[in-house]
Amino acid sequence: MTRPTEVLDCLGQRCPLPVIALARRLPELPPGAVLRVLADDPAAANDIPAWCRLRGQEYVGTATVDGSPAFDVRRA
Amino acid sequence: MTNRVPPEATYLDAATAAPLHPVARQALLAALADGWADPSRLYAQARRARQLIDAARAAVAASLGVRPEEVTFTAGGTQAAQAAVLGGLAGRVRAGATLVHSAIEHSAVLHAAEAHVAHGGAAVPVPVDHLGRLDLDAWRAAVAAPGVALAALISASHEVGTAQPLVDAAAACAAAGVPLYTDAAPSVGWVDVPAGWSVLSASARKWGGPPGVGVLVVRTGTRWTQPWPALGVEPAAPDLPAVVAAAAALRAATAEAAEQAGRLRALVELIRGTVAATVPDVEVVGDPVDRLPHVVTFSCLYVDGEALLHALDRRGFAVSSGSSCTSSTLRPSHVLEAMGVLSHGNVRVSLHRDTTREQVERFLAELPGIVAALRSEAGVVGL
Repeated sequence: MTRPTEVLDCLGQRCPLPVIALARRLPELPPGAVLRVLADDPAAANDIPAWCRLRGQEYVGTATVDGSPAFDVRRA
Repeated sequence: MTNRVPPEATYLDAATAAPLHPVARQALLAALADGWADPSRLYAQARRARQLIDAARAAVAASLGVRPEEVTFTAGGTQAAQAAVLGGLAGRVRAGATLVHSAIEHSAVLHAAEAHVAHGGAAVPVPVDHLGRLDLDAWRAAVAAPGVALAALISASHEVGTAQPLVDAAAACAAAGVPLYTDAAPSVGWVDVPAGWSVLSASARKWGGPPGVGVLVVRTGTRWTQPWPALGVEPAAPDLPAVVAAAAALRAATAEAAEQAGRLRALVELIRGTVAATVPDVEVVGDPVDRLPHVVTFSCLYVDGEALLHALDRRGFAVSSGSSCTSSTLRPSHVLEAMGVLSHGNVRVSLHRDTTREQVERFLAELPGIVAALRSEAGVVGL
């Protein structure tokens, strides 16, 4: 698993809030940086990869962190 | 929110339930007058009821191109779909206990699959591509595996409109000796359903009939067993006026289908093109060409689906959504998930015979402002 540059805690937030938080933060990171989004809304697993496809960002994959779903995105 | 429907209201959710066809309304009222008796009894009122149900069955059979004795009326589309799945599996227990189904079946079919698995059976979902079309190679491999009792493929996606490759899927089933069940509720009354299936289900409210009437067709020679502890899937005393109205509506819808499809296809094309051009960050989903004539779906980035539905409702537009916040389970649509497309901010628009170009144009004129206002409120403009 890639070591994330930064972690965004969106646990408890309903979609589309985790995607919005990702869209706000990722452009502020340097290219190549990996942002990990912690999100337990069931739509996040679908919508974070879909956002990456729409925005030309790299969806790295998913992991479980302390029992919560985590989604890693690398800035293009 | 108000419960009064404003006079200028624009109903764009025919894929949930089309407005009652005027022919169905007439038939319903006539059958309420003399079609209320139990058709199995031995008196004049019962014979009249029997005559009406026989005529309804013959009309539905003619519309679907099947024999009347192959048609069963059920108490709704869900019941027809579940009888199709469970009866199809029960009839083939000696062949195996596996149900192969597309990942984008209606939840009625998926719930039957879950019940089958809970009773020790197996279910194998087959994926779809980004446009929502069945992966035929995966389907061929799945139906050819040992122990497959039944395969289920929806005729076209009820959520995004993409037509399914029914002919090729049926050929794969025939080669493997597996009967094909098609949930044709999205298509019946709108477009022809290609042959090759053994079991079919449909729902009257999707074609302008009343709610509470489903149709199950089991072709002669199909191994299908009545799945419930009753005399038959068809109620002994059916809602006869509704059945009569459903049959009348199907005959009328089928007669008008080609004309309506041409007209509505042009409006769907207008919606697809205009939404993509006038709403920033929108994903119009489903196959652009090979699709149902009256259904169109899109997702708006960063927009809450429930808020969007309410905002549209306030402007008099009735649409539905596959977004998780609009579902009772708070899960996103399994169809959008299977396609891997954005599930939030999702809107399904489905047209019908009463939909006018002016209504569609008004919707298209108001939508960009509604989406922009929601994005502005959420502070996501320019993200």
